Amino acid sequence: MNSRKRRDLGTAAMMLLPSLAILSAFVLYPLGRAVWMGQQRCNAVTKVCRSSGWGQYLDVLQSSQFQNALVVTVKFVLLTVPVGLFLGVVLAVLADKAIRGIGFFRTVFTSTIATSVAVASLMWLFLLQPSIGVLTNVPFLVKLFPVIKNPGLLQDSGTALSAAAASSVWANLGFTFVLVTAGLQSIPRDLYESAFVDGAGGFRRFTNVTLPLLSPVLLFSSVVLTSRAFQAYGEFDLLTGGGPKPQFSTTTVTYLAYGTGTSIGGDDGLKSTIAILLFVILLILSAAQFRGFGKRVEYGN
Amino acid sequence: MATDVAAIDRVNGFWRRAGRYTILAIIAAVILFPIYTTLVAAFKPGSIALRHPLLPESPTFSVIKEAWTGGHLGKYMLNSAIVCLIVVVAQIITSVLSAYAFAFLQFPGRMIVFSIFLATLLVPAEAIYVTNFRTIQSLNWIDSFRALTIPFLATAFGTFLLRQVFLQIPKELHEAAEMDGIGHWGFMKEVAVPLVRPSLGALGLFCFLGTWNQYLWPVLVTKTNDYRTVQSGLKVLASSRLDSPNLVMAGTVIAAVPIFAVLIVFQRQLIRGLTAGAVKG
Repeated sequence: MNSRKRRDLGTAAMMLLPSLAILSAFVLYPLGRAVWMGQQRCNAVTKVCRSSGWGQYLDVLQSSQFQNALVVTVKFVLLTVPVGLFLGVVLAVLADKAIRGIGFFRTVFTSTIATSVAVASLMWLFLLQPSIGVLTNVPFLVKLFPVIKNPGLLQDSGTALSAAAASSVWANLGFTFVLVTAGLQSIPRDLYESAFVDGAGGFRRFTNVTLPLLSPVLLFSSVVLTSRAFQAYGEFDLLTGGGPKPQFSTTTVTYLAYGTGTSIGGDDGLKSTIAILLFVILLILSAAQFRGFGKRVEYGN
Repeated sequence: MATDVAAIDRVNGFWRRAGRYTILAIIAAVILFPIYTTLVAAFKPGSIALRHPLLPESPTFSVIKEAWTGGHLGKYMLNSAIVCLIVVVAQIITSVLSAYAFAFLQFPGRMIVFSIFLATLLVPAEAIYVTNFRTIQSLNWIDSFRALTIPFLATAFGTFLLRQVFLQIPKELHEAAEMDGIGHWGFMKEVAVPLVRPSLGALGLFCFLGTWNQYLWPVLVTKTNDYRTVQSGLKVLASSRLDSPNLVMAGTVIAAVPIFAVLIVFQRQLIRGLTAGAVKG
C-alpha cells in the first residue's frame, strides 16, 4: 500500500499542479495578501502602502461609512431575498399544473435567468430613468407617483434602494423559479393523495406537505440569494452609482469597496479591510443559515 | 342528479381554469414588460426613440447595426467569445485532472490538499479582487486577455463536480484497467473521461454562463475596446451614449441574445445542473 501511495504521488502531483497553481496564485495568495493589506493604508496614486496596525479592522467596522453600508446591504437583502423566494414559490406552484400552454408560461418565468446583471440593470434603467425612461412617459403613473419624474425612482433617497432591489428580484426570479419547480417535482405524488384522502384541503396540503418538503430547496435558494445580494455590484454601478448622495442610500459593503466616488477613494488598504470584513460576514451568515434553518429542514428519506 | 353535479363541476372547473390563466397571464406580462420595452426601443429608429415607448413603430434593424459597429458590440462579443472559449476549455482540462487525482489516486496529504480546494469555495470573488488587481497590475497584465482568463483557468467547483461523478465509476472497471496495465493516464483518457461526458458538458455550460456574465472583474481590468467584454462594454456604452437610449437598448439586446440562445438549446441540462445542488436524489 505504501509503495503504491508513493508511486501515485508523482502522477497526483502532475494532475493537481495546474489547479493548485491557479488556485494558489489567484485565490489563496490574494486572500492572505488582503488580510495583510487590511491593516495598511495605501496612497491612491503611488499605490505605496504603510502599516497602520491591526486596529484598522475594528476602526473600519466601527466607522459610520461602513455601518451605513452594512445597513444598506442588510436592507437590500431583506428587500430582495424574502420577496424573491415568495414570488419563486408562487410562480412555481401556479405553473406546476399540467394544463394546456403551461410550457409557454414556464419559459417566460424562466427567461430572466438569461439576463446578466448588466443586461437586467440597463433594461430597468431604461424603465426608471426620469427623463428618458418608459414609466416617466406614462402620464397617469406620473400623476399617481410624481417621484417617477422628479427626481426619479433611482434618484430619490427614499426609493432608490427599493428600485434597485426590484431590478435584482426580477433578474433572479428565473433562477428561483427553476429551483422551486424542481423541488415541487421531487415531491412524491402519493403524499398528496394520502393527504387528500385524510381530508386535507388545498391550503392544508400546501402548508403540511408542500412547504416542509420544499424546505431544502428554500434553504439552498435563500443561501444563494443572500450571498448574491451581499455581493451585488453591477446593479448599483449601473443604476444608482451608490447614490443618491449625501445619504449614499445604495452604497452597499461591496459597492463601498469597489465603486467609484465612495468615501474611501482609491485606498487599497481600506478596500482590503472591507473585502475581508465582507468575507467574514458571509462566512458567519451562511453558517448561521445552515444551522438555524437546518434544524427545521426536512430532508425526507 | 348526476348530470347536475357534473355540470356544476364543469362550470367550477371552467372558472378555476379561467382564473388560473388570468393570473398566469398577468404575471407573465409583468415579467416580460422590461424585455418588451427594451425590444421596442432597440428596433425603433433613433429619430422617434422617445415617442410612445410602449408601441413599436416603423421597426428597423439600423439601430442594432449601429450598436454592433459604432457601439463596438461586435468587437465586445468577439472578445467575450475568445475569453469564454479559453476559460471553458482550460477549466474542463484542469478540473478533469485534479478531480481524477482526488477520485482515483492514493497519495500522502490527500485530505489536506482536498480541504484546501474545499476552502477556496468559501472565498467570494469580491473579497480578493482588490489584491488580485494588484497582482495583475504588477505583472503588467492590465487590459489583456491574460487578465481576463488566467485567474479563472481552474476552479474548485469543477473539481468537486467531476470528482463526484468519477467516484460513481465502478471500482471493477478501474481494477480491470490496472490489470491491463494501461496506467492512470490511459484509464483517464480511454474510460473515465468518455464516461462522464455529460458532466463535462454541464461544467462547460456553467463555466460559459459564468464567464460571459462576469461584470466587476472585466470592468476593473479592461481599459480599451481591444479587450472589453460584452458586460464591461455595455457599461461604457451606457455611460457614454445615454443621449440615445435606443442604441443602449440595442446593445443590451445584442448582449442578451447568445445567452437566450444557449438557454433555449440547453434548457434541460441547465436546469438539471442548477438543481443538482438543491434537490436530493
